[in-house]
Amino acid sequence: MSDAVDLEELVDWLRRFDDRIQDERAHLTKLDSAIGDADHGANMARGMTAVRELLDESDLDEATIGGLFKQAGMALVSKVGGASGPLYGTFLLRFGSSGGDRTNLDAAGLVDALDAALGGVVARGKAEAGDKTMVDAIEPAVAALREAIEDEATVAAATATAARAADAGRDATEPMRARKGRASYLGERSEGHVDPGATSSALLFRALADALESAG
Amino acid sequence: MKKLINDPDEVVADALRGIDAAHPELRVDHEHKVIYRAEPKTDGKVALVSGGGSGHEPLHGGFVGPGMLDAACAGEVFTSPVPDQMMAATTEVDRGAGVLHIVKNYTGDVMNFDMAAEFADGDDVRVETVVTDDDVAVTDSLYTAGRRGVGVTVLLEKIVGAAAEEGTDLDGVKEIAERVNAGGRSMGLALTSCVVPSAGEPTFDLADDEYELGIGIHGEPGRERLPMAPAAELAQRLLTPILDDHDFTDGPTIAFLNGMGGSPLLELYLMYGEVRRLLDEAGITVARSLVGNYITSLEMAGCSLTLLAVDDDLLRLWDAPVSTPGLRWGA
Repeated sequence: MSDAVDLEELVDWLRRFDDRIQDERAHLTKLDSAIGDADHGANMARGMTAVRELLDESDLDEATIGGLFKQAGMALVSKVGGASGPLYGTFLLRFGSSGGDRTNLDAAGLVDALDAALGGVVARGKAEAGDKTMVDAIEPAVAALREAIEDEATVAAATATAARAADAGRDATEPMRARKGRASYLGERSEGHVDPGATSSALLFRALADALESAG
Repeated sequence: MKKLINDPDEVVADALRGIDAAHPELRVDHEHKVIYRAEPKTDGKVALVSGGGSGHEPLHGGFVGPGMLDAACAGEVFTSPVPDQMMAATTEVDRGAGVLHIVKNYTGDVMNFDMAAEFADGDDVRVETVVTDDDVAVTDSLYTAGRRGVGVTVLLEKIVGAAAEEGTDLDGVKEIAERVNAGGRSMGLALTSCVVPSAGEPTFDLADDEYELGIGIHGEPGRERLPMAPAAELAQRLLTPILDDHDFTDGPTIAFLNGMGGSPLLELYLMYGEVRRLLDEAGITVARSLVGNYITSLEMAGCSLTLLAVDDDLLRLWDAPVSTPGLRWGA
Protein backbone atom coordinates (compact mmCIF):
# COMPACT_ATOMS: atom_id res chain seq x y z
CA MET A 1 0.00 0.00 0.00
CA SER A 2 3.00 2.30 -0.01
CA ASP A 3 2.21 3.45 -3.51
CA ALA A 4 -1.33 4.56 -2.88
CA VAL A 5 -2.91 7.98 -3.02
CA ASP A 6 -4.65 8.98 0.18
CA LEU A 7 -7.38 11.50 0.79
CA GLU A 8 -4.96 14.08 2.11
CA GLU A 9 -3.03 13.99 -1.17
CA LEU A 10 -6.25 14.23 -3.17
CA VAL A 11 -7.29 17.27 -1.14
CA ASP A 12 -3.83 18.74 -1.73
CA TRP A 13 -4.44 18.16 -5.45
CA LEU A 14 -7.63 20.27 -5.39
CA ARG A 15 -5.94 23.00 -3.35
CA ARG A 16 -3.06 23.14 -5.81
CA PHE A 17 -5.56 23.27 -8.68
CA ASP A 18 -7.21 26.25 -6.97
CA ASP A 19 -3.80 27.96 -6.62
CA ARG A 20 -3.04 27.46 -10.28
CA ILE A 21 -6.49 28.66 -11.39
CA GLN A 22 -6.15 31.85 -9.31
CA ASP A 23 -2.63 32.43 -10.69
CA GLU A 24 -3.68 31.80 -14.28
CA ARG A 25 -7.05 33.56 -14.06
CA ALA A 26 -6.09 36.44 -16.36
CA HIS A 27 -4.44 34.10 -18.85
CA LEU A 28 -7.53 31.86 -19.03
CA THR A 29 -9.73 34.90 -19.55
CA LYS A 30 -7.45 36.16 -22.30
CA LEU A 31 -7.62 32.81 -24.10
CA ASP A 32 -11.40 32.80 -23.71
CA SER A 33 -11.72 36.36 -25.07
CA ALA A 34 -10.21 35.19 -28.33
CA ILE A 35 -12.69 32.39 -29.04
CA GLY A 36 -15.32 32.40 -26.30
CA ASP A 37 -16.99 34.87 -24.00
CA ALA A 38 -14.10 35.97 -21.78
CA ASP A 39 -15.44 34.46 -18.57
CA HIS A 40 -13.49 31.19 -18.13
CA GLY A 41 -10.91 32.65 -15.74
CA ALA A 42 -13.47 34.43 -13.57
CA ASN A 43 -15.85 31.46 -13.55
CA MET A 44 -13.19 28.90 -12.60
CA ALA A 45 -11.71 31.21 -9.97
CA ARG A 46 -15.15 31.69 -8.39
CA GLY A 47 -15.84 27.95 -8.45
CA MET A 48 -12.49 26.85 -7.05
CA THR A 49 -12.72 29.44 -4.28
CA ALA A 50 -15.94 27.70 -3.23
CA VAL A 51 -14.24 24.30 -3.43
CA ARG A 52 -11.36 25.52 -1.26
CA GLU A 53 -13.80 26.91 1.33
CA LEU A 54 -15.50 23.54 1.41
CA LEU A 55 -12.17 21.71 1.86
CA ASP A 56 -11.15 24.09 4.64
CA GLU A 57 -14.38 23.37 6.50
CA SER A 58 -14.33 19.60 6.02
CA ASP A 59 -13.24 17.14 8.68
CA LEU A 60 -10.92 14.92 6.67
CA ASP A 61 -10.81 12.29 9.42
CA GLU A 62 -14.49 11.60 8.80
CA ALA A 63 -14.48 12.01 5.01
CA THR A 64 -14.45 9.51 2.15
CA ILE A 65 -13.31 10.15 -1.40
CA GLY A 66 -16.88 9.71 -2.60
CA GLY A 67 -18.38 12.08 -0.06
CA LEU A 68 -15.78 14.81 -0.37
CA PHE A 69 -15.50 14.84 -4.16
CA LYS A 70 -19.26 14.85 -4.59
CA GLN A 71 -19.50 17.87 -2.29
CA ALA A 72 -16.68 19.55 -4.16
CA GLY A 73 -18.34 18.81 -7.49
CA MET A 74 -21.64 20.25 -6.29
CA ALA A 75 -19.89 23.34 -4.92
CA LEU A 76 -18.34 23.91 -8.33
CA VAL A 77 -21.60 23.34 -10.19
CA SER A 78 -23.43 25.69 -7.82
CA LYS A 79 -20.98 28.54 -8.22
CA VAL A 80 -19.77 28.56 -11.79
CA GLY A 81 -22.60 28.58 -14.32
CA GLY A 82 -21.69 28.56 -17.98
CA ALA A 83 -20.34 25.30 -19.38
CA SER A 84 -17.29 24.88 -17.18
CA GLY A 85 -19.38 24.45 -13.98
CA PRO A 86 -21.23 21.34 -15.16
CA LEU A 87 -18.12 19.95 -16.88
CA TYR A 88 -15.64 20.28 -14.00
CA GLY A 89 -18.44 19.53 -11.53
CA THR A 90 -19.24 16.30 -13.35
CA PHE A 91 -15.52 15.45 -13.43
CA LEU A 92 -15.34 15.67 -9.63
CA LEU A 93 -18.71 13.96 -9.08
CA ARG A 94 -17.69 10.97 -11.20
CA PHE A 95 -14.25 10.83 -9.61
CA GLY A 96 -16.04 10.69 -6.26
CA SER A 97 -18.48 8.00 -7.35
CA SER A 98 -15.57 5.85 -8.49
CA GLY A 99 -13.70 6.39 -5.20
CA GLY A 100 -16.81 5.58 -3.19
CA ASP A 101 -16.34 4.83 0.51
CA ARG A 102 -12.57 4.49 0.22
CA THR A 103 -10.11 6.93 1.77
CA ASN A 104 -7.24 6.00 -0.52
CA LEU A 105 -6.75 4.69 -4.03
CA ASP A 106 -4.12 2.31 -5.33
CA ALA A 107 -2.58 3.09 -8.71
CA ALA A 108 -5.24 1.18 -10.62
CA GLY A 109 -7.95 2.83 -8.53
CA LEU A 110 -6.61 6.27 -9.47
CA VAL A 111 -6.65 5.38 -13.16
CA ASP A 112 -10.22 4.08 -12.82
CA ALA A 113 -11.42 7.20 -11.01
CA LEU A 114 -9.83 9.55 -13.55
CA ASP A 115 -11.21 7.44 -16.39
CA ALA A 116 -14.69 7.66 -14.85
CA ALA A 117 -14.25 11.42 -14.51
CA LEU A 118 -13.22 11.68 -18.18
CA GLY A 119 -16.27 9.61 -19.12
CA GLY A 120 -18.47 12.08 -17.24
CA VAL A 121 -17.00 15.05 -19.08
CA VAL A 122 -17.44 13.33 -22.45
CA ALA A 123 -21.04 12.42 -21.66
CA ARG A 124 -21.91 15.88 -20.33
CA GLY A 125 -20.25 17.82 -23.13
CA LYS A 126 -20.85 15.30 -25.93
CA ALA A 127 -17.38 16.20 -27.16
CA GLU A 128 -14.79 13.95 -28.75
CA ALA A 129 -11.04 14.30 -28.99
CA GLY A 130 -10.29 16.81 -31.72
CA ASP A 131 -13.28 19.07 -30.98
CA LYS A 132 -10.99 21.64 -29.31
CA THR A 133 -12.24 21.17 -25.74
CA MET A 134 -11.15 20.00 -22.28
CA VAL A 135 -11.30 16.43 -23.62
CA ASP A 136 -8.22 17.14 -25.75
CA ALA A 137 -6.14 17.55 -22.58
CA ILE A 138 -7.86 15.05 -20.27
CA GLU A 139 -8.09 12.08 -22.62
CA PRO A 140 -4.35 11.86 -23.47
CA ALA A 141 -3.50 12.50 -19.82
CA VAL A 142 -5.60 9.57 -18.61
CA ALA A 143 -4.24 7.36 -21.40
CA ALA A 144 -0.64 8.27 -20.50
CA LEU A 145 -1.32 7.64 -16.83
CA ARG A 146 -2.80 4.23 -17.53
CA GLU A 147 0.11 3.24 -19.75
CA ALA A 148 2.70 4.40 -17.21
CA ILE A 149 0.97 2.52 -14.39
CA GLU A 150 0.78 -0.61 -16.54
CA ASP A 151 4.51 -0.20 -17.11
CA GLU A 152 4.85 -0.21 -13.32
CA ALA A 153 5.91 3.41 -12.95
CA THR A 154 5.38 4.93 -9.50
CA VAL A 155 2.18 6.95 -9.10
CA ALA A 156 4.25 10.14 -8.78
CA ALA A 157 6.13 9.41 -12.01
CA ALA A 158 2.96 8.33 -13.80
CA THR A 159 1.08 11.51 -12.88
CA ALA A 160 4.05 13.59 -14.05
CA THR A 161 3.82 11.76 -17.39
CA ALA A 162 0.09 12.43 -17.44
CA ALA A 163 0.67 16.14 -16.82
CA ARG A 164 3.07 16.31 -19.76
CA ALA A 165 0.50 14.54 -21.95
CA ALA A 166 -2.15 17.05 -20.86
CA ASP A 167 0.19 19.93 -21.76
CA ALA A 168 0.83 18.41 -25.17
CA GLY A 169 -2.91 17.88 -25.64
CA ARG A 170 -3.54 21.51 -24.71
CA ASP A 171 -0.94 22.72 -27.21
CA ALA A 172 -2.43 20.50 -29.90
CA THR A 173 -5.74 22.41 -29.66
CA GLU A 174 -4.16 25.52 -31.19
CA PRO A 175 -4.61 24.62 -34.87
CA MET A 176 -7.95 22.86 -34.31
CA ARG A 177 -11.31 24.18 -35.44
CA ALA A 178 -13.77 24.23 -32.54
CA ARG A 179 -16.78 21.96 -32.92
CA LYS A 180 -18.34 22.43 -29.48
CA GLY A 181 -19.24 25.36 -27.28
CA ARG A 182 -19.39 29.01 -28.15
CA ALA A 183 -16.08 28.87 -30.01
CA SER A 184 -17.73 26.63 -32.62
CA TYR A 185 -19.75 29.61 -33.90
CA LEU A 186 -16.45 31.07 -35.12
CA GLY A 187 -15.80 28.19 -37.52
CA GLU A 188 -12.37 28.55 -39.09
CA ARG A 189 -11.77 31.74 -37.11
CA SER A 190 -11.34 29.53 -34.02
CA GLU A 191 -8.14 28.10 -35.55
CA GLY A 192 -4.83 29.44 -34.23
CA HIS A 193 -5.99 29.83 -30.63
CA VAL A 194 -5.27 27.48 -27.72
CA ASP A 195 -8.49 26.26 -26.12
CA PRO A 196 -9.10 27.78 -22.66
CA GLY A 197 -10.85 24.63 -21.36
CA ALA A 198 -7.95 22.40 -22.41
CA THR A 199 -5.65 24.90 -20.71
CA SER A 200 -7.44 24.71 -17.36
CA SER A 201 -7.59 20.91 -17.67
CA ALA A 202 -3.83 20.78 -18.17
CA LEU A 203 -3.54 22.77 -14.90
CA LEU A 204 -5.66 20.10 -13.22
CA PHE A 205 -3.18 17.35 -14.16
CA ARG A 206 -0.18 19.56 -13.37
CA ALA A 207 -1.66 20.08 -9.89
CA LEU A 208 -2.13 16.32 -9.46
CA ALA A 209 1.50 15.63 -10.39
CA ASP A 210 2.71 18.36 -8.01
CA ALA A 211 0.61 17.02 -5.15
CA LEU A 212 1.97 13.50 -5.56
CA GLU A 213 5.53 14.61 -6.17
CA SER A 214 5.61 16.63 -2.96
CA ALA A 215 4.02 13.73 -1.10
CA GLY A 216 6.59 11.40 -2.76
CA MET B 1 -17.86 52.60 -19.64
CA LYS B 2 -20.78 54.73 -18.48
CA LYS B 3 -23.58 52.63 -17.02
CA LEU B 4 -26.40 53.09 -14.52
CA ILE B 5 -24.82 50.71 -12.03
CA ASN B 6 -23.21 50.67 -8.59
CA ASP B 7 -20.81 47.74 -8.73
CA PRO B 8 -20.18 45.67 -11.88
CA ASP B 9 -20.28 42.46 -9.82
CA GLU B 10 -23.66 43.29 -8.27
CA VAL B 11 -25.57 44.29 -11.41
CA VAL B 12 -27.91 41.29 -11.44
CA ALA B 13 -28.66 41.32 -7.70
CA ASP B 14 -29.29 45.09 -7.78
CA ALA B 15 -31.55 44.84 -10.84
CA LEU B 16 -33.59 42.07 -9.19
CA ARG B 17 -34.25 44.40 -6.27
CA GLY B 18 -35.66 46.93 -8.74
CA ILE B 19 -37.84 44.33 -10.43
CA ASP B 20 -39.14 43.28 -7.02
CA ALA B 21 -39.95 46.90 -6.13
CA ALA B 22 -41.63 47.67 -9.45
CA HIS B 23 -43.79 44.55 -9.77
CA PRO B 24 -45.93 43.53 -6.81
CA GLU B 25 -47.45 40.86 -9.07
CA LEU B 26 -44.05 39.11 -8.99
CA ARG B 27 -42.08 37.59 -6.13
CA VAL B 28 -38.28 37.53 -6.23
CA ASP B 29 -36.17 34.94 -4.42
CA HIS B 30 -33.03 37.03 -4.05
CA GLU B 31 -30.95 34.19 -2.66
CA HIS B 32 -31.51 31.94 -5.68
CA LYS B 33 -32.08 34.81 -8.12
CA VAL B 34 -35.42 33.41 -9.28
CA ILE B 35 -38.48 35.47 -10.29
CA TYR B 36 -41.86 33.89 -9.51
CA ARG B 37 -45.49 34.89 -9.91
CA ALA B 38 -46.73 36.33 -6.61
CA GLU B 39 -49.90 34.23 -7.08
CA PRO B 40 -48.95 30.67 -8.13
CA LYS B 41 -51.17 28.99 -10.72
CA THR B 42 -53.79 26.48 -9.62
CA ASP B 43 -53.08 22.84 -8.80
CA GLY B 44 -53.03 20.34 -11.62
CA LYS B 45 -51.60 22.68 -14.26
CA VAL B 46 -48.22 22.27 -15.92
CA ALA B 47 -45.68 24.89 -14.83
CA LEU B 48 -43.06 26.55 -17.05
CA VAL B 49 -39.55 27.40 -15.91
CA SER B 50 -37.07 29.24 -18.05
CA GLY B 51 -33.90 31.15 -17.43
CA GLY B 52 -30.56 32.11 -18.84
CA GLY B 53 -27.85 34.67 -18.58
CA SER B 54 -28.96 38.19 -17.66
CA GLY B 55 -28.66 41.05 -20.13
CA HIS B 56 -31.54 39.97 -22.41
CA GLU B 57 -34.35 41.74 -20.53
CA PRO B 58 -37.30 41.57 -20.58
CA LEU B 59 -36.44 37.90 -21.36
CA HIS B 60 -36.98 35.83 -19.18
CA GLY B 61 -38.05 37.47 -15.91
CA GLY B 62 -40.28 39.98 -17.69
CA PHE B 63 -42.33 37.10 -19.06
CA VAL B 64 -43.32 35.66 -15.69
CA GLY B 65 -47.04 35.93 -15.03
CA PRO B 66 -50.45 34.54 -15.98
CA GLY B 67 -50.37 33.20 -19.54
CA MET B 68 -46.61 32.80 -19.71
CA LEU B 69 -43.89 31.58 -17.33
CA ASP B 70 -44.17 30.47 -13.71
CA ALA B 71 -40.54 31.13 -12.88
CA ALA B 72 -37.40 32.56 -14.46
CA CYS B 73 -33.84 31.92 -13.23
CA ALA B 74 -31.43 34.82 -13.69
CA GLY B 75 -27.77 33.98 -14.33
CA GLU B 76 -24.88 36.41 -14.27
CA VAL B 77 -24.70 38.66 -17.33
CA PHE B 78 -24.46 36.37 -20.39
CA THR B 79 -23.68 33.38 -18.13
CA SER B 80 -26.06 30.48 -17.62
CA PRO B 81 -27.75 30.12 -14.24
CA VAL B 82 -26.72 27.11 -12.13
CA PRO B 83 -28.68 23.90 -11.40
CA ASP B 84 -29.46 25.00 -7.80
CA GLN B 85 -31.56 27.81 -9.21
CA MET B 86 -33.49 25.63 -11.65
CA MET B 87 -34.01 22.96 -8.97
CA ALA B 88 -35.36 25.51 -6.48
CA ALA B 89 -37.66 26.96 -9.15
CA THR B 90 -38.82 23.55 -10.38
CA THR B 91 -39.74 22.31 -6.92
CA GLU B 92 -41.42 25.61 -6.05
CA VAL B 93 -43.69 25.89 -9.12
CA ASP B 94 -44.70 22.25 -9.58
CA ARG B 95 -48.47 21.96 -9.08
CA GLY B 96 -48.45 18.20 -9.45
CA ALA B 97 -48.66 18.17 -13.25
CA GLY B 98 -44.96 18.44 -14.01
CA VAL B 99 -42.68 21.21 -15.20
CA LEU B 100 -41.44 22.19 -18.65
CA HIS B 101 -37.96 23.69 -18.83
CA ILE B 102 -37.54 26.15 -21.70
CA VAL B 103 -33.85 26.37 -22.60
CA LYS B 104 -32.08 28.37 -25.28
CA ASN B 105 -29.50 26.31 -27.15
CA TYR B 106 -26.21 27.45 -25.66
CA THR B 107 -23.73 24.92 -24.29
CA GLY B 108 -23.76 26.28 -20.74
CA ASP B 109 -27.54 26.66 -20.52
CA VAL B 110 -28.18 23.18 -21.86
CA MET B 111 -25.69 21.52 -19.47
CA ASN B 112 -26.91 23.36 -16.37
CA PHE B 113 -30.57 22.64 -17.14
CA ASP B 114 -29.63 18.99 -17.89
CA MET B 115 -28.09 18.63 -14.45
CA ALA B 116 -31.09 20.29 -12.81
CA ALA B 117 -33.48 17.92 -14.60
CA GLU B 118 -31.38 14.91 -13.53
CA PHE B 119 -31.43 16.02 -9.90
CA ALA B 120 -35.16 16.91 -9.99
CA ASP B 121 -35.88 13.44 -11.34
CA GLY B 122 -34.96 12.05 -7.96
CA ASP B 123 -37.40 14.48 -6.31
CA ASP B 124 -40.61 13.10 -7.84
CA VAL B 125 -41.18 16.13 -10.06
CA ARG B 126 -41.67 15.20 -13.69
CA VAL B 127 -39.53 17.47 -15.86
CA GLU B 128 -39.54 17.77 -19.64
CA THR B 129 -37.30 20.10 -21.61
CA VAL B 130 -37.58 22.00 -24.86
CA VAL B 131 -34.45 23.55 -26.36
CA THR B 132 -34.95 26.46 -28.76
CA ASP B 133 -32.59 26.71 -31.74
CA ASP B 134 -33.99 29.07 -34.35
CA ASP B 135 -30.97 31.18 -35.38
CA VAL B 136 -30.28 30.50 -39.06
CA ALA B 137 -27.01 32.47 -38.84
CA VAL B 138 -25.29 29.37 -37.46
CA THR B 139 -24.62 27.00 -40.31
CA ASP B 140 -23.00 23.62 -40.53
CA SER B 141 -24.56 22.52 -37.27
CA LEU B 142 -22.91 19.10 -37.39
CA TYR B 143 -19.67 20.90 -36.63
CA THR B 144 -20.93 23.47 -34.15
CA ALA B 145 -22.83 23.53 -30.89
CA GLY B 146 -25.88 23.90 -33.15
CA ARG B 147 -28.15 26.81 -33.87
CA ARG B 148 -28.62 29.32 -31.09
CA GLY B 149 -31.93 29.92 -29.39
CA VAL B 150 -33.04 33.51 -30.00
CA GLY B 151 -36.31 35.26 -30.94
CA VAL B 152 -38.53 32.20 -31.16
CA THR B 153 -38.01 31.73 -27.41
CA VAL B 154 -40.26 34.76 -26.73
CA LEU B 155 -43.02 33.50 -29.02
CA LEU B 156 -42.73 29.99 -27.59
CA GLU B 157 -43.00 31.16 -23.99
CA LYS B 158 -46.21 33.04 -24.90
CA ILE B 159 -47.86 30.24 -26.87
CA VAL B 160 -46.83 27.39 -24.58
CA GLY B 161 -47.73 29.48 -21.54
CA ALA B 162 -51.27 29.78 -22.86
CA ALA B 163 -51.48 26.02 -23.43
CA ALA B 164 -50.33 25.31 -19.87
CA GLU B 165 -52.82 27.85 -18.52
CA GLU B 166 -55.64 26.03 -20.38
CA GLY B 167 -54.77 22.80 -18.59
CA THR B 168 -52.91 20.94 -21.37
CA ASP B 169 -50.89 18.09 -19.85
CA LEU B 170 -47.08 17.94 -19.83
CA ASP B 171 -46.79 15.78 -22.95
CA GLY B 172 -49.18 18.06 -24.81
CA VAL B 173 -47.37 21.19 -23.66
CA LYS B 174 -44.04 19.73 -24.74
CA GLU B 175 -45.43 18.76 -28.14
CA ILE B 176 -46.69 22.31 -28.73
CA ALA B 177 -43.32 23.71 -27.63
CA GLU B 178 -41.50 21.49 -30.11
CA ARG B 179 -43.93 22.44 -32.87
CA VAL B 180 -43.31 26.14 -32.21
CA ASN B 181 -39.52 25.72 -32.19
CA ALA B 182 -39.63 23.69 -35.40
CA GLY B 183 -41.65 26.38 -37.18
CA GLY B 184 -39.54 29.38 -36.13
CA ARG B 185 -36.49 30.93 -37.81
CA SER B 186 -34.49 34.04 -36.86
CA MET B 187 -31.65 36.21 -38.11
CA GLY B 188 -30.06 39.21 -36.40
CA LEU B 189 -27.71 42.09 -37.10
CA ALA B 190 -25.72 44.49 -34.93
CA LEU B 191 -24.77 48.12 -35.55
CA THR B 192 -22.72 48.41 -32.36
CA SER B 193 -21.22 46.08 -29.78
CA CYS B 194 -22.48 45.72 -26.24
CA VAL B 195 -20.46 46.31 -23.07
CA VAL B 196 -20.58 43.54 -20.47
CA PRO B 197 -20.44 45.36 -17.09
CA SER B 198 -17.73 43.11 -15.62
CA ALA B 199 -15.59 43.48 -18.77
CA GLY B 200 -16.06 47.25 -18.98
CA GLU B 201 -15.28 47.54 -22.66
CA PRO B 202 -17.04 46.68 -25.92
CA THR B 203 -17.04 42.95 -26.67
CA PHE B 204 -16.05 43.58 -30.29
CA ASP B 205 -15.05 46.49 -32.49
CA LEU B 206 -17.29 47.57 -35.30
CA ALA B 207 -16.42 50.56 -37.47
CA ASP B 208 -18.94 53.39 -37.93
CA ASP B 209 -19.59 52.36 -41.51
CA GLU B 210 -19.99 48.61 -40.88
CA TYR B 211 -22.57 46.24 -39.49
CA GLU B 212 -22.29 42.61 -38.35
CA LEU B 213 -24.77 40.23 -39.96
CA GLY B 214 -25.81 37.04 -38.18
CA ILE B 215 -25.07 38.29 -34.68
CA GLY B 216 -26.19 36.32 -31.64
CA ILE B 217 -27.44 37.85 -28.39
CA HIS B 218 -24.12 37.86 -26.50
CA GLY B 219 -21.96 39.97 -28.77
CA GLU B 220 -20.55 36.81 -30.32
CA PRO B 221 -19.48 37.37 -33.91
CA GLY B 222 -21.86 36.82 -36.76
CA ARG B 223 -21.63 35.43 -40.25
CA GLU B 224 -19.99 38.40 -41.90
CA ARG B 225 -19.15 42.06 -41.55
CA LEU B 226 -20.60 44.29 -44.25
CA PRO B 227 -20.60 47.98 -45.24
CA MET B 228 -23.53 49.84 -43.65
CA ALA B 229 -26.58 49.97 -45.92
CA PRO B 230 -30.11 51.44 -46.02
CA ALA B 231 -32.85 49.73 -43.99
CA ALA B 232 -34.43 48.27 -47.11
CA GLU B 233 -31.24 46.33 -47.84
CA LEU B 234 -30.77 45.31 -44.20
CA ALA B 235 -34.31 43.91 -44.15
CA GLN B 236 -33.53 41.85 -47.22
CA ARG B 237 -30.31 40.58 -45.61
CA LEU B 238 -32.27 39.38 -42.58
CA LEU B 239 -35.13 37.85 -44.51
CA THR B 240 -33.31 35.98 -47.29
CA PRO B 241 -31.51 33.39 -45.11
CA ILE B 242 -34.74 32.77 -43.17
CA LEU B 243 -36.75 32.11 -46.34
CA ASP B 244 -33.89 30.00 -47.76
CA ASP B 245 -34.17 27.80 -44.67
CA HIS B 246 -37.92 27.35 -44.29
CA ASP B 247 -41.06 27.71 -46.39
CA PHE B 248 -43.46 30.23 -44.85
CA THR B 249 -45.92 30.42 -47.80
CA ASP B 250 -47.99 27.43 -46.58
CA GLY B 251 -50.04 29.14 -43.90
CA PRO B 252 -50.23 32.12 -41.58
CA THR B 253 -47.07 33.55 -40.01
CA ILE B 254 -46.25 35.58 -36.92
CA ALA B 255 -43.63 38.22 -37.76
CA PHE B 256 -41.49 39.49 -34.89
CA LEU B 257 -39.07 42.38 -35.31
CA ASN B 258 -36.99 42.50 -32.15
CA GLY B 259 -34.71 45.27 -30.94
CA MET B 260 -31.32 44.37 -29.46
CA GLY B 261 -31.63 47.06 -26.79
CA GLY B 262 -29.91 50.08 -28.33
CA SER B 263 -32.05 50.95 -31.36
CA PRO B 264 -35.04 53.28 -30.99
CA LEU B 265 -38.55 52.00 -31.66
CA LEU B 266 -38.77 54.50 -34.50
CA GLU B 267 -36.08 52.51 -36.33
CA LEU B 268 -37.54 49.16 -35.33
CA TYR B 269 -40.91 50.14 -36.84
CA LEU B 270 -39.16 51.48 -39.92
CA MET B 271 -37.39 48.12 -40.29
CA TYR B 272 -40.65 46.29 -39.75
CA GLY B 273 -42.23 48.31 -42.58
CA GLU B 274 -39.43 47.17 -44.87
CA VAL B 275 -39.79 43.56 -43.75
CA ARG B 276 -43.57 43.60 -44.33
CA ARG B 277 -43.14 44.93 -47.84
CA LEU B 278 -40.75 42.06 -48.60
CA LEU B 279 -43.03 39.48 -46.95
CA ASP B 280 -45.96 40.71 -49.04
CA GLU B 281 -43.85 40.38 -52.17
CA ALA B 282 -42.86 36.85 -51.17
CA GLY B 283 -46.51 35.85 -50.77
CA ILE B 284 -46.30 35.32 -47.04
CA THR B 285 -49.44 35.97 -44.98
CA VAL B 286 -48.66 37.77 -41.74
CA ALA B 287 -51.38 36.96 -39.22
CA ARG B 288 -49.84 38.74 -36.21
CA SER B 289 -46.96 41.16 -35.63
CA LEU B 290 -44.75 41.93 -32.68
CA VAL B 291 -42.31 44.87 -32.71
CA GLY B 292 -40.12 45.95 -29.81
CA ASN B 293 -37.26 45.09 -27.46
CA TYR B 294 -38.05 41.62 -26.12
CA ILE B 295 -34.80 39.60 -26.29
CA THR B 296 -31.98 42.05 -26.04
CA SER B 297 -28.22 42.10 -25.83
CA LEU B 298 -27.57 44.86 -23.27
CA GLU B 299 -27.15 48.16 -25.16
CA MET B 300 -26.35 46.67 -28.54
CA ALA B 301 -27.89 48.60 -31.44
CA GLY B 302 -29.46 46.43 -34.09
CA CYS B 303 -32.36 44.06 -34.49
CA SER B 304 -33.40 40.53 -35.28
CA LEU B 305 -36.23 39.15 -37.36
CA THR B 306 -38.15 36.03 -36.37
CA LEU B 307 -40.80 34.35 -38.49
CA LEU B 308 -42.99 31.66 -36.98
CA ALA B 309 -45.25 29.42 -39.07
CA VAL B 310 -48.51 28.92 -37.19
CA ASP B 311 -51.91 27.27 -37.57
CA ASP B 312 -55.31 28.24 -36.13
CA ASP B 313 -54.57 26.45 -32.87
CA LEU B 314 -51.25 28.22 -32.30
CA LEU B 315 -52.83 31.56 -33.27
CA ARG B 316 -55.59 31.03 -30.72
CA LEU B 317 -52.94 30.37 -28.06
CA TRP B 318 -51.02 33.47 -29.19
CA ASP B 319 -54.19 35.57 -28.80
CA ALA B 320 -55.04 34.18 -25.35
CA PRO B 321 -54.76 36.61 -22.43
CA VAL B 322 -51.30 37.31 -21.03
CA SER B 323 -50.32 39.51 -18.12
CA THR B 324 -46.59 39.93 -17.59
CA PRO B 325 -44.29 42.96 -17.31
CA GLY B 326 -43.03 42.33 -20.84
CA LEU B 327 -46.15 41.20 -22.72
CA ARG B 328 -49.70 42.06 -21.77
CA TRP B 329 -52.99 41.79 -23.64
CA GLY B 330 -56.54 40.54 -23.22
CA ALA B 331 -56.18 40.39 -19.46
